[in-house]
Amino acid sequence: MGKLNGKTAVVTGASRGIGRAIALQLAAEGANVVVNFSGSEQKASEVVQEIQNIGSQAIAVQANISDSESVQQLMNAAIEQFGAIDVLVNNAGITRDNLLMRMKEDEWDEVINTNLKGVFLCTKAVTRQMMKQRAGRIINISSIVGVMGNAGQANYVAAKAGVIGLTKTTARELASRNILVNAIAPGFISTEMTDTLPEDVRSSMLTQIPLAKLGNPEDVAKAVVFLASDDASYMTGQTLHIDGGMYM
Amino acid sequence: MATVLERVTKVVVDRLGVDESEVKVEASFREDLGADSLDVVELVMELEDEFDMEISDEDAEKIATVGDAISYIEGKVS
Repeated sequence: MGKLNGKTAVVTGASRGIGRAIALQLAAEGANVVVNFSGSEQKASEVVQEIQNIGSQAIAVQANISDSESVQQLMNAAIEQFGAIDVLVNNAGITRDNLLMRMKEDEWDEVINTNLKGVFLCTKAVTRQMMKQRAGRIINISSIVGVMGNAGQANYVAAKAGVIGLTKTTARELASRNILVNAIAPGFISTEMTDTLPEDVRSSMLTQIPLAKLGNPEDVAKAVVFLASDDASYMTGQTLHIDGGMYM
Repeated sequence: MATVLERVTKVVVDRLGVDESEVKVEASFREDLGADSLDVVELVMELEDEFDMEISDEDAEKIATVGDAISYIEGKVS
């Protein structure tokens, strides 16, 4: 069927947006997918249904990724159902945008806890399984703003830059066990979030993108498939920029 | 029934690829048996499986020698 036949992937925050596209694309390549969600159970079951419709297997598992017990339950559910975790995609993320001077401590904490600590906890929780397997792929979804900075997103940017550092360190620690860890830094991707932007903001965004258009969630998802597949077996610790050339 | 020493020795030999004769009670995993820090983490994982027990991170950090592992396990199972 595909490049990931019989592999099992856990995708955090997979009920919507980029995570949803990643889950579907992995499934289209033959992977079993664990669709993690935090609140949108209805949306998560729709993703599971879609995956089953194309002939792959999937389960939806609710988990708060900033809580270590909840994360452990997520990974246990994956192993119980499919017997392995070959691919972890750390995708779940939230925004609480505000200017630095106005940013409240809890806005900072919430974003760091989900977008950075969540990646740490999920990575730690799959490492044991992947070390036993002597194989694994971890793919962390960072962001172009983690590399370039972005006014109004100090918390989000700090977390996304942190994810790149975490990616490199995890890659070094686990390379000897054949666990490859890479990041993807998407640019402006057409999702519910960017769809609601006013026209003038959109057009000014487009002037900064050499390819002069927004990306699709599928553009990111296909890069995830590549990093999860045998095609990427000689790369680790890297960040792929899927941004229409915006950062180079 | 193999003793704790025999079972620990087998795990260490399998994991670190050392000769059984090198696995002495006073041998340090890192200094004498050539393990790196990740090897020790894996060794502890395998001991957990072998003896069907959970070894907390705090306790695992104190296990440096073959003897440490044996006395920890004996203290837990008895």
